[in-house]
Amino acid sequence: MDLIFHPLTLVTFLPLVGVVILLFLREEQKNLIRWVALGVSLATFIVSLVVLAQFQASNPDLQLVIRRVWIQVAGWDIAYHLGVDGLSILLVLLTTFLTPIAILSTWTAVEERVKEFMIFFLLLEVGMVGVFLALDLFLFYIFWEFTLVPMYFLIGIWGGPRRMYAAIKFFLYTMAGSILMLLAILWLGIQRGTFSLPDLVAQDQIPANIQIWLFLAFAAAFAIKVPMWPLHSWLPDAHVEAPTAGSVILAGVLLKMGTYGFLRFNLALFPQAAVQLAPLMAVLAVIGILYGAAVSFPQKDVKKLVAYSSVSHLGFVMLGLFALNPQGIQGGILQMVNHGISTGALFLIVGMIYERRHTREMDAFGGLWKIMPVYGALTLIVALSSMGLPGLNGFVGEFTILLGAWEAGQASGSLGSYFYAGFAAIGVILAAIYMLTMFQKLFLGPLDKEENRQLKDLNWREIVTLVPLVILIFWIGLYPKPFFSLMAPAVDKLVANLSMSLAALP
Amino acid sequence: MLMSETATAGLSFFSLAPLVLFFPLLGLLLNLIWGGRFSEKVIGGIASGAVGATFLVAVLQMVALLSHPEGTVIPLVDWITIGALNIHWGIQIDTLSVTMMLVVSGVGCLIHIYAIAYMHDDVRINGDPSRYRRFFVFFNLFILAMMTLVSADNYLMLFVGWEGVGLCSYLLIGFWYDKGKDGIGNALAGNKAFITNRVGDFGFLLAAFTLFGLFRSFNFNEVFAKVEEISVLMPAGILMITLFMLIGVTGKSAQLPLYVWLPDAMAGPTPVSALIHAATMVTAGVYLIARSHPLYAVVPQAQSLVAWVGTLTAVFAATIAVAQFDIKKVLAYSTISQLGFMVAAVGMGAYVAGMFHLVTHAFFKALLFLSSGSVIQGVERGLHEVEHHHKGKQAAAHHLDPQDMRNMGGLRQRMPITFWVYLIGALALAGIVPLAGFWSKDEILLKASYKDARLYTLLSIAAFFTAFYMARQIILVFFGKPRSDAAAHATESPKLMTVPLIALAVLSVFGGALNLPGIHAFGHWLEHTIHHLAAVKEGVELPEFSLQVAAVSTLIAFLAIALGWWVYQQWGERLQKANAAYIDPLQVAFKPVFNVLNQKYWVDELYWALFVNPYKAFSKWLAEQVDWRFWHDWFHDTIIAGGFKRLTLFLAQPIDLGIIDGIANGLAALTQAGAAYLRRFQSGYVRNYALAVFLGVVAMMSYLIFVLR
Repeated sequence: MDLIFHPLTLVTFLPLVGVVILLFLREEQKNLIRWVALGVSLATFIVSLVVLAQFQASNPDLQLVIRRVWIQVAGWDIAYHLGVDGLSILLVLLTTFLTPIAILSTWTAVEERVKEFMIFFLLLEVGMVGVFLALDLFLFYIFWEFTLVPMYFLIGIWGGPRRMYAAIKFFLYTMAGSILMLLAILWLGIQRGTFSLPDLVAQDQIPANIQIWLFLAFAAAFAIKVPMWPLHSWLPDAHVEAPTAGSVILAGVLLKMGTYGFLRFNLALFPQAAVQLAPLMAVLAVIGILYGAAVSFPQKDVKKLVAYSSVSHLGFVMLGLFALNPQGIQGGILQMVNHGISTGALFLIVGMIYERRHTREMDAFGGLWKIMPVYGALTLIVALSSMGLPGLNGFVGEFTILLGAWEAGQASGSLGSYFYAGFAAIGVILAAIYMLTMFQKLFLGPLDKEENRQLKDLNWREIVTLVPLVILIFWIGLYPKPFFSLMAPAVDKLVANLSMSLAALP
Repeated sequence: MLMSETATAGLSFFSLAPLVLFFPLLGLLLNLIWGGRFSEKVIGGIASGAVGATFLVAVLQMVALLSHPEGTVIPLVDWITIGALNIHWGIQIDTLSVTMMLVVSGVGCLIHIYAIAYMHDDVRINGDPSRYRRFFVFFNLFILAMMTLVSADNYLMLFVGWEGVGLCSYLLIGFWYDKGKDGIGNALAGNKAFITNRVGDFGFLLAAFTLFGLFRSFNFNEVFAKVEEISVLMPAGILMITLFMLIGVTGKSAQLPLYVWLPDAMAGPTPVSALIHAATMVTAGVYLIARSHPLYAVVPQAQSLVAWVGTLTAVFAATIAVAQFDIKKVLAYSTISQLGFMVAAVGMGAYVAGMFHLVTHAFFKALLFLSSGSVIQGVERGLHEVEHHHKGKQAAAHHLDPQDMRNMGGLRQRMPITFWVYLIGALALAGIVPLAGFWSKDEILLKASYKDARLYTLLSIAAFFTAFYMARQIILVFFGKPRSDAAAHATESPKLMTVPLIALAVLSVFGGALNLPGIHAFGHWLEHTIHHLAAVKEGVELPEFSLQVAAVSTLIAFLAIALGWWVYQQWGERLQKANAAYIDPLQVAFKPVFNVLNQKYWVDELYWALFVNPYKAFSKWLAEQVDWRFWHDWFHDTIIAGGFKRLTLFLAQPIDLGIIDGIANGLAALTQAGAAYLRRFQSGYVRNYALAVFLGVVAMMSYLIFVLR
């Protein structure tokens, strides 16, 4: 029984209980279905807080580890192997935190086939949490691919006019990268005799020339997911077509699976390749920052603008990770959380106006602040957080990332140039340009469109969905210490491991 | 006994310092949460009271510093700690920061009180009284941000205030976000201010990175303690820090080349122009350089660049001010010019003179802006009067711009209090002895006369233009005959506005007493913080006062005023008699030059052509052509997806359908298959799928639980 009631098993599979309950409800009981889904996702969040309570921040190692042999084929052990450490704890919390918020946002937005929607949503949560907790490569791969299925249906059934195209593109694109990762996982299993991540890390280093190939194979899957420039082409389609809650989770959590993958697998398993390829990754990251910001600016569809801004923000995360020093990596992890909060909130905000006006063209709006002051104020806070205003969360992440990249530019054998951080910092200017333009087009200027005059300000449910995010925006911006101290020991350990391999390099 | 008592009292006053952040925060929260139920008087009272309380705390700090001039640091809590990076929230109390606190909260409090009455009318003229509360929330937020900026004990917390004041500036420039040119002008002016400042902040960030790279700290005291050591090892590094920082200064303090946002910022209500865009926020750059004086002191190249930027800005902006017609635009360019004086001063190492001018300028420029607000509302009241009583003139009056000086004239009789305080402010700005501006400007000119004859000459030219455009403004606004019905019917402003004006006028008259030659109280006060590293290195001790410099600058001011009087009072009167519409005499005499100045050297247009339009075009090209048509549509849809389809069709058709059929179905038409798949679900089968997934998971779980045990 300790297997079922193990906190990590619970936090991963508790949403399935909700799925079971939902199966017994009739389609017409829409509100009951919603409450069940919300209740179960909240319960999952509470369980994740229990995990947090049992988590020892000062311990750099994997904790609450559970390991059972699951499949034994031809001498391989594939294990049910979960664990949590400073690299993953915040992402687990982010997932369990954003899921109830996303469910709450569907209250009136999703009216058709509510039951299926909620079932897929809870299944998605299982997959996401599993990805962040799995320590067996094969189990990780299963969770990784499993998340595709519910998301595919969420986009394909409840999406916009071009939902089929977007859903299939999303599915195929991600699958294509994952296949290379699967090959690399199989290679590791055959050659190194185990799928267990901690065991693989503990082994002797893989020869440097092979590391490069394995690194690239894993990177193929992760870079598409992030998405790193130039592999971002699926993202605007998926985001624009996805229903609001789907976009929130897609941007808030699914993209983080990519950056987390780099952190958990590429940096830990292939440290020499990581050091050698860091300049390449950093170049792509910086291009992504500037490209995403520039492409966001002229967008007419506000959702597309936010989607492209993700390319820019995730570029910051990648730059931080491949600075390969504590500031960069901790900033990167925090920025994953920040992006989940800020961009999640932005998608919620876009959804709220879409529900009212059924358009996302920014030209259709203007002057909304006058009749929707609460909506305007909350949007402003989120937009400022997204563009990295000091005192809000985005700044803490971006600043530490840029500082880490700058430091990496200073250290020999690392990035080796100040230009990475210097060019990336231009993204801070560009972010102000597209974010302020967005805010101005929606909220400022005269309220001159007849259709907008009767719009209602946010209702209580909508305020409740946004307020927790706004609280976190201020909390992380003003006092991020609790968040940093959760990850610090694990990151230090990872960095120590990296610098050891650096020393081993010829 | 007495000594020790004051000593302990001083120390306990220091512990009150965090209240400078708390009071404005409290004020803004009260109005934000409950302001909806308060009357305008209560809202304004809370906001002003919060700033007044902040001022009291600042005064207590000053009292404490008198007995403990070395000051102290009050750490609050950790902020960002990662390895060697250790940044906290902490309050620096020394004579420099407390000077800023006093100015910000003192002048700020007077402007808050003024705004109680001013905004009462403003929200009614602009037709949205519900925005009264918002104004004071933003205004208190500004005080909070500004206090964060000046009380920070490290560069990063300073940066929080630095961008925070920028945010408030953005919000208040766009306060009437549905007004301005085409209804969007004000909002765009806000965007322009924020984005231009972000360019400066980019420089600030790079300075911060370089600083941390060299000093491993952002803390003022820790950094400054290591300057000498590092300046020997890495002089180039410190040069980079100071140059990057200068980019930030040119943004925030509106210097060449990033000054362009400040004139547009006049779109904000006039108290905003007075508080944020004249007295306090824009001086943050001067404060930053004064604060960083140990860094600048060891890199003379950077210092001289700072001095040149300031001096050129001073002259450049002063010439533009001569040819503006908008009463606030004149003051805006004047502010840029005066900030140039301050930046030039700190660049020449005259930190005391620069800070002194910062303080006196806060008095008289706040006075001038607030008085201009009184003038504008006076004219607006006149306009209202005209519309009310002479229905026929309504159409003509409707197009009248109450900020255009061409529509004013003769207001001396209509608004006597405003006239007198305006005159005092103008004379103080022009540098007429013994008003405040004379003493502070004289110190700067004195320093320049010893430092570099070119700087001295240019600054003197700027001073000449300053006196000239102020004479022009006074005459156009207050003398002669009213040039519009609105001006003829203008009325004096209420007491709530004129009393703060009188207070500021008193400060503008006597402010110079802070640092009179021979006594130098302000200099000795700041000396505790700004150690004269620079002066020691130069080996030249400046005299306290030079009669020659003072005489020359006074002569220049009087000459400019006399010239202004002759051009606008004598010649202007004659011109006006000959013409129906108002024509500026200089427009007649030097038409091309006047046009260049009136059009502000076309710098906005230049920036538009060089940066804004190219970026717009580039990003549009990137988004539409590169990202969408090429990468999204062509590469992905045509090449990858289309190629895959063709390949699979090729495999499927020529090769035997019977054998390959199964595989082809799986691969070739994955797209169609997916679609067909979903179509099935859309007809209700999704339940089955969910069930299948569920059963699979149940099977997996059962296997886990029962088989593995």
